[in-house]
Amino acid sequence: MRSRSALLLPLATAAALIALWDLAVRSSGGTVFPSPYAVVAALVELARHGALAPAVGRSLLRVGSGYALALLVGIPLGMLMGWSVAAARALNPVVQVLRPISPIAWIPVAIVLFKVGDGAAVFLIFLAALFPIAVATMNGVRSLPPIVLLAGRNFGLSPAGVLARVVFPAALPQVLVGLRIALGVAWLVVVAAEMSGIESGLGYLIIDARNAGKRYDLVVAAMAVIGVIGLSLDLLARRVERLPAVRWGFRKD
Amino acid sequence: MTAMPVPRPAPAPAKVRLAGLDMTFETEGKRVEVLRDIALEVREGEFVCLLGPSGCGKSTLLNIVGGFLQPTGGTVAIDGEEVRGPDPRRIFVFQERGVFPWLTAEGNIGFGLGRLPAAERRERIRHYVELVGLQGFEGAYPHELSGGMKQRVEVARALAVDPDVLFLDEPFGALDSITRLTLRRELLRIWEAERKTILFVTHDIEESVQLADRVVVMSQRPATIRRVFEVGIPHPRDLSSRRYLEVRDGIFEAIGLAHKV
Repeated sequence: MRSRSALLLPLATAAALIALWDLAVRSSGGTVFPSPYAVVAALVELARHGALAPAVGRSLLRVGSGYALALLVGIPLGMLMGWSVAAARALNPVVQVLRPISPIAWIPVAIVLFKVGDGAAVFLIFLAALFPIAVATMNGVRSLPPIVLLAGRNFGLSPAGVLARVVFPAALPQVLVGLRIALGVAWLVVVAAEMSGIESGLGYLIIDARNAGKRYDLVVAAMAVIGVIGLSLDLLARRVERLPAVRWGFRKD
Repeated sequence: MTAMPVPRPAPAPAKVRLAGLDMTFETEGKRVEVLRDIALEVREGEFVCLLGPSGCGKSTLLNIVGGFLQPTGGTVAIDGEEVRGPDPRRIFVFQERGVFPWLTAEGNIGFGLGRLPAAERRERIRHYVELVGLQGFEGAYPHELSGGMKQRVEVARALAVDPDVLFLDEPFGALDSITRLTLRRELLRIWEAERKTILFVTHDIEESVQLADRVVVMSQRPATIRRVFEVGIPHPRDLSSRRYLEVRDGIFEAIGLAHKV
């Protein structure tokens, strides 16, 4: 019963919204904004011309590279700040000042540093993903129960062993929360980055469709694709949170 | 010193020796004296309970003996060697919160066995799973286990590295009274099988008399040793025997409680 309504209710909402959208376009008699059918047709057109898959591929590749870099830097940085009071004192203020700056504001800086191209986009995604990962990791390490740490130290582990076998796995659920937030932000930022001069990817597709003859059907089609991929990424991240070694950190009781 | 040695069984040597232990914490300019001049010897294979009111400093004492805290005065020696830090030869067992939630029961029990060859490691895990009665739950994660089972996991994890001393800090405090009784009996069975030296902290008078060879009664803060009771009843102990009641009432008196509610 519950699972049926869990499926039916969101579908009903989506159907209602699409119907409303259709009705609004029809009753306004406008020609600029596309109807749902036009958007579906545009999707088919994009796919047929082979424009969709490369755009999605390029966007995902940029997100993947920037995100991987952020992960490689952010997790050790967060562990360091969570573990060492001195490191936290030295680095945390900088992190806290940089964190609230929207990655979009970095676009001019990125272009100066990397020229227009993949490098700039990857840099922006790296920045966007870095802070949520580092901060969540730091908090995860800081909230480590002291008893767990004592128990780990009791078994004769080296400091590196304590970090790898106790601190990291204990902080992992919180790290994953940061990773999921960062993935969402990275996906938001890639579209913005691709609207700032780069000539590929889903963001570029939107800009290009508008500039080349105000093809709003293609614009909305690209938006729909962005939404669906963003949702899929989030579902994937949630799936990781259900793995047995971290599930304990996500229980609600 | 007697001139003529009398032949008799040598007394078990002191395994753990605490001499003149003082502990004063200093936080924000306030000095809190927690332990004062604690002296105690625990023999090899002996089961000693440290008994005292909550917050009296008995856990602090155990943390010092375990090497997790440096005392402000005095010394702790185990096997004649001064304790300078935690050591896998002496394992701490906390209230079940010490189990690692990211590892299965088996993973927890094998945690300290990283240096062993895989086959021996598996064998040890199997042995201790059996010893604490966790067969069938090897692959379960702590959040899938009851409090009592988590406590079994922790005891097995401690025993698996074959320490000579076990420190137990109110290990059964968070369990319901029925589970607590069962686990006390199991701990005694395990202790009789493995003959570890055990230092057991509790605030439960009955628990201390049921378990220990000797009960060390501690005072309020700053904790001093008020009296040491030799229980001297063989296991299994009859909880309504005269000797049992005598010791228990003696402790009640030493703590300054009339045994009436």
